[in-house]
Amino acid sequence: MTARTSRRAFLKSSIAAGAAGAAAAASGAAGATPDPLITQVQPWASGLGDGVDATPYGLPIEHEGDVIRRNVEWLTADTISSINFTPIHALDGTITPQGCAFERHHSGAIDLRKEDYRLMINGLVDRPLVFSYADLERFPRENHVYFCECAANTGMEWAGAQLNGAQFTHGMIHNMEYTGVPLRTLLEEAGFDPTGKWVFVEGADASSNGRSIPMEKALDDVLVAFKANGEALRKEHGYPVRLVVPGWEGNLWVKWLRRIEVMNAPVESREETSKYTDTFADGSSRKWTWEMDAKSVVTSPSPQAPITHGKGPLVITGLAWSGRGAITRVDVSKDGGKTWETARLAKPGERMALTRFYLDTTWSGQEMFLQSRAMDETGYVQPTKAQLRAVRGLNSIYHNNCIQTWWVRANGEAENVEVS
Amino acid sequence: MSKFLKIAAGLAFLASPVMADGFGLGRPALPEEIAAWDLDVSPDGTGLPQGQGDVLTGEEVFADKCAACHGDFAEGVDNWPKLAGGAGTLADQDPLKTVGSYWPYLSTTWDYVNRSMPFGNAQSLTPDEVYAIVAYILYSNDLVDDDFILSDDTFAAFEMPNQDGFFLDDRLETEHAIWRGAPCMEDCKPQVQVTMRARVLDVTPTQAGADADTADTSEAPAAADTSAPDPALVAAGEKLFKKCKACHQIGAGAKNRSGPQLTGIVGRAAGSVDGFKYSKPLQAMAAEGLIWDQTALSAFLHKPKSFMKGTKMSFSGLKDQEDLDAIIAYLASVPN
Repeated sequence: MTARTSRRAFLKSSIAAGAAGAAAAASGAAGATPDPLITQVQPWASGLGDGVDATPYGLPIEHEGDVIRRNVEWLTADTISSINFTPIHALDGTITPQGCAFERHHSGAIDLRKEDYRLMINGLVDRPLVFSYADLERFPRENHVYFCECAANTGMEWAGAQLNGAQFTHGMIHNMEYTGVPLRTLLEEAGFDPTGKWVFVEGADASSNGRSIPMEKALDDVLVAFKANGEALRKEHGYPVRLVVPGWEGNLWVKWLRRIEVMNAPVESREETSKYTDTFADGSSRKWTWEMDAKSVVTSPSPQAPITHGKGPLVITGLAWSGRGAITRVDVSKDGGKTWETARLAKPGERMALTRFYLDTTWSGQEMFLQSRAMDETGYVQPTKAQLRAVRGLNSIYHNNCIQTWWVRANGEAENVEVS
Repeated sequence: MSKFLKIAAGLAFLASPVMADGFGLGRPALPEEIAAWDLDVSPDGTGLPQGQGDVLTGEEVFADKCAACHGDFAEGVDNWPKLAGGAGTLADQDPLKTVGSYWPYLSTTWDYVNRSMPFGNAQSLTPDEVYAIVAYILYSNDLVDDDFILSDDTFAAFEMPNQDGFFLDDRLETEHAIWRGAPCMEDCKPQVQVTMRARVLDVTPTQAGADADTADTSEAPAAADTSAPDPALVAAGEKLFKKCKACHQIGAGAKNRSGPQLTGIVGRAAGSVDGFKYSKPLQAMAAEGLIWDQTALSAFLHKPKSFMKGTKMSFSGLKDQEDLDAIIAYLASVPN
C-alpha cells in the first residue's frame, strides 16, 4: 500500500528530464501493461554470460563508465604535475576503490619495481640503514583505515562558488585500508637519536616532494604502507611503498618513499614554505597547518547526482571526517542553515577515517538549500565559509573546511551556491 | 574468552615483536649511498656543496634549461610557475607569490632547483649551474645586482624579503576555541539568499570523458602502408618521449603547451600548427620550406640549437642515433 501511494505520488510529480523521464514512462506503463522485462524471457536469462577469467583483473562494468576520476584542466599547466578528483558523488560506503581515488603527482606517477625499491634511514641515527622491499615485509605490520585529503581540497571555493559538483569541490580525498609497518618500528631499528625532533621524508620520483614531520607524530601513528584495500598500492598511489600520515594533509603522504632522515630542524622545503601555507588578508602566512580539520559534504543529491525520482522518499547522504579524531555527529539542513536535523551515522565515527551519514527523509518537491555540518570528538564544529573568511580572508587557498551548500531545484537539479 | 586465554594472549603480545636489538633487518647504508641521496639543504646552508655562480652565467643557463616553462625573465609561461615579481602584493586581493615575494628561505630555492628541476630532467644540474640559476632568479626579482655571485660562502648571509612573513599554526586558539559547543538547530538565521552561483561562473569541466578511447580505436588501423613500424622501436620512443612531455602533447585532443602539439608532425611542414607562436628562426626556416621529415627531425633533435640557432626549445638533444630513430618512430606511430 505504501508502495502504491508512493508510486502515485511519483507519477504526479512533474519531473521529466532524461533518464528520469524514461523511467517514469516505464513504471507508468507498469500500471496498465505488463512489463516486458518481466513477462518476456530476456537474453541474459536465456543465454550465457562471461566465463571466469574473461577479465583476469576486473574493471567496473561498462555501465558505470562515468564513475571515474576527473581533472580540471585550467587548474594546472600540465597533467604530469597536477591533480584529479575522486567521484565521491557516485560512491557510497566509506572505502574508496584505488582505481578511482584522486591522484596528485608533482613529476608524474613513476614505474618503480619492488626489486628496484630501496628505503634509506639516515641522519641522527646509530645505524644508517637501507631496507629492501622484502625487508619491510618482515617487520610486524598493522592494518588501519585512514582518509587522505589534499590540503587544497575545496581550495578553489575560497573566493566564491566555482565548481559545480561534489567531485570537484570535495573530491581531493580518498579513504583506504592500509597495511604497513609503523614508522616508529623502522626508526627504532636504526636507533634514532631522541634529540632529533624532526624526520624529513622524500620520494623516489623526480619531484622528490620532501617534507619535514615532527618526531612526535612520526612515533605516534605514521605508517610505511605497501598495501591498500588488500592489494598492492596502485602505481598512482606510490607503488610499491608510500607514507601514511593519519589526519594530516595529503602532501605529507610521500609516495614512492625512498628516504627518511632524522634531523634536529625542519628542512623548510618548497612544499612546506612556498606551498601548503595559508596566506591571510594582511599578507602574513600561517605554516605547519598539518591537521585537516573536521569537514563534511552532502554527496547526493548534488550537482552531478540530481534527484531523478520526484518527491517522496529521499536518501540524503554524504561524508564527514576529521584529522583530529572521530566524527561524533553530522547535522543536515535543507533550508540553508535556518534549521538543522541530526543525520544517522552508518557506523560510529572512526579516528581519521571517513564517516558515512544518511538523512532518510521525504522530499516535498520544493527547492532545498542542502548543507551538512560535522562535529568531532574534540567538540569542534565545522564552520561556515563566512566564519573562515572572517579569520583568514579570501586568499588562503588551502585548508578550506567550510560548510557547503547545494541549491536543489524543484526539478531535482542541484547547483553549487553560496548563501547569506 | 576465559581468563586463562586472555592472559596467554596478553603474554604472547608482550613477547612477540619487542626485541632489545631490533629485528636485525636491513643493511648498513654506505657513505657513498648516503651522499648520493642525502641532498637536502637547510636554511642555514647545511647540505650545500662547494661552488658558485654569477647572474650572467645564470641568465644563460636559465635561458637554456628553465625559460621554456618559466619565461626568459622568470615571469612564467602559460600556467607554469612565475618565479619573479609580486613584491608587495601578498596583502592584495590576488597576491602574486614568487620566489622573491613569498619564499622565506633561499635554501628552499637552491634545494628545489637542485633536486627537482628542470622538469623532466631533474638532478642533471651541476652545483655551479644551480648557484648560477639561483643567482639569476634573485636578479630577476630585483634582489641583487647583475654583478652578484652566489656561493656556499655568501649563501647564509642572504636574507629573503618574506622571511618573517610566516607564523606557526594557531588554529587551536583562534578557531577551535570559538567554533565549538552545541550548535544552533532552530531559527539559526532569519533568511537565506543566494549570493553566488557556480553556474554563472561556468568553469566546471563537462562530463564528456570516456569518448576519447572509443574514437581512438576506430582510427588506429589506418597506419602507413610503406613499412610497418617496429613495435619495439615505437615503445622505446614512447619512453623517450617522457623527456618531451613537459612541453609537448601528442595524440587525440593534444593541445599546444609551451611547445606545439606534435600529432602528425612527421612529414608535416614546419611551423604549421594553428595557434602556436613559433620562434623567429623557426618561422624563417618554415618560410624556406622546411619539412619535418626523418632527416630534418633527426638533425634537429640531435642538436636543436645547432640545427636552429635561437630556437625556443630548451631540449639539449639526443646523442644516440638509435634514440633518434626510436623517438621519430614513436612520433610517426601516433594516429592523427
